[in-house]
Amino acid sequence: MTRVIKYVFYDILRTRFILLYTALLLISTFAMFQIDSDPGKVVMSLLNVVLMVVPLVSIVFTTIHFYNSYEFIELMLAQPINRRVVFLGEYLAVTSSLCMAFAVGIGLPIVIYGPSASALSLIFCGIALTMVFVSMAFLASVLTRDKAKAIGIALLFWFYFSLIYDGFLLWFVYAFADYPLEKITLTLIALNPVDLARVIMLLQLDISALMGYTGAFYKEFFGGSFGIVFSSFVLFLWVAIPCLFALRIFSKKDL
Amino acid sequence: MISIQKVNKNFGKLSALKNVELDLAMGRSYALVGPNGSGKTTLIKSILGLVIPSSGEIIFDNKSIAKDWKYREQIGYMPQIGRYPENMTIGQLIDMMKNIRKNPSEVDDSLIDQFKLYKFYDKRMHTLSGGTRQKVSAALAFLFNPAVLILDEPTAGLDPISVELLKEKILEEKAKGKLLIISSHILSDLDELTTEMVYIYEGKVHYNNSIESLKQETQEKKLGKAIATMIGQKQLIDSINK
Repeated sequence: MTRVIKYVFYDILRTRFILLYTALLLISTFAMFQIDSDPGKVVMSLLNVVLMVVPLVSIVFTTIHFYNSYEFIELMLAQPINRRVVFLGEYLAVTSSLCMAFAVGIGLPIVIYGPSASALSLIFCGIALTMVFVSMAFLASVLTRDKAKAIGIALLFWFYFSLIYDGFLLWFVYAFADYPLEKITLTLIALNPVDLARVIMLLQLDISALMGYTGAFYKEFFGGSFGIVFSSFVLFLWVAIPCLFALRIFSKKDL
Repeated sequence: MISIQKVNKNFGKLSALKNVELDLAMGRSYALVGPNGSGKTTLIKSILGLVIPSSGEIIFDNKSIAKDWKYREQIGYMPQIGRYPENMTIGQLIDMMKNIRKNPSEVDDSLIDQFKLYKFYDKRMHTLSGGTRQKVSAALAFLFNPAVLILDEPTAGLDPISVELLKEKILEEKAKGKLLIISSHILSDLDELTTEMVYIYEGKVHYNNSIESLKQETQEKKLGKAIATMIGQKQLIDSINK
């Protein structure tokens, strides 16, 4: 396994995209700290990066990387190596390099300018979202043999979780505004990792008061230790389930 | 050594292998012959576990290969079209292949020497010509001294000198009592290199016997003519049956 990871790492570093991504995150985070002296507001601005840019970069990069290393995968599978090891090696190498890029790009400036609880949970959310979208990208990649189709599916995942789902949720809440929806919306939020991360962050930033009674309900739920364990667990499921599905498909795939 | 039992493979509507039954014994050399798209490569890839059969079982050394991967230690595989990580150099590729094996006890790099691949060691894979790629594939197949050699059109695209070098190497390994499976369209090569013939047509095994007996049955001296006669006879019988 470590040997496979080593070679995938080597390959990722050579394309230099990861370095570019790290530099971009570093520059933008530093810039935000320079413009605004209030770390709370900086975290707020960074939240948009974490919720939109990080999933998009993770899912597109992973899908392209998977297809670019198709030859490597093919070569490895003709060797005495377990298919699972090849898949998990690829997965771990891609996830860890993207997570490292994020942790350095966003984490380093935060550490320099003084970390706060909200900043730390921002890093946690960013890493969790990276892992979730890498899993989804692997799922999209093993579903089809065609690179363009796979990127299409990957982008569809991103659109769905970043935009379409929220539209649906808003419509739902609006249409059933007369009913007590707290628990139902809580469940619906858990069904979208991006929303889950957003709610965790909003509650950290103490602007939940703006959300009225629902905000208070969420605050009570997510603020407690049970809420933290619950949301972390749901995020973990969002990482594990697509990844396991992808692994299952990959181990029966014809090359 | 390798026993293929009632293997079927469908790609969507197309059925690439139909109820294939084959026994491949150690110390023998098999020629895999058949027209384009008859299922030769699918059969080879099934043995390697790159293609998973829709039904049936493949037994390698008394063990089913489904969910097993260790058996591939004993197989040297030369693909029809060698696809390698494009931005790796030949040297890095060969090092990687050695590295990825846990205990490469004895490395046989005689082909690397003979093909003079050392000269291109720092050339990247995407700059290589088709023939050089083929040489790399051949060198990798023989590198770990495997007991079973599966060569998918080994001589296609190679220059005459390299073809001779490769054939010598194959005969050398054959003399060591290894199991050889060679798929090719160049029948004169197969005549030299192999002793058994498996003829596949439209996913079915139509003939499986020694080349000698095929020649006797058809009373031809050359393998090419013998196969042509056999196919002619088969077609005749088929048309009578219809």
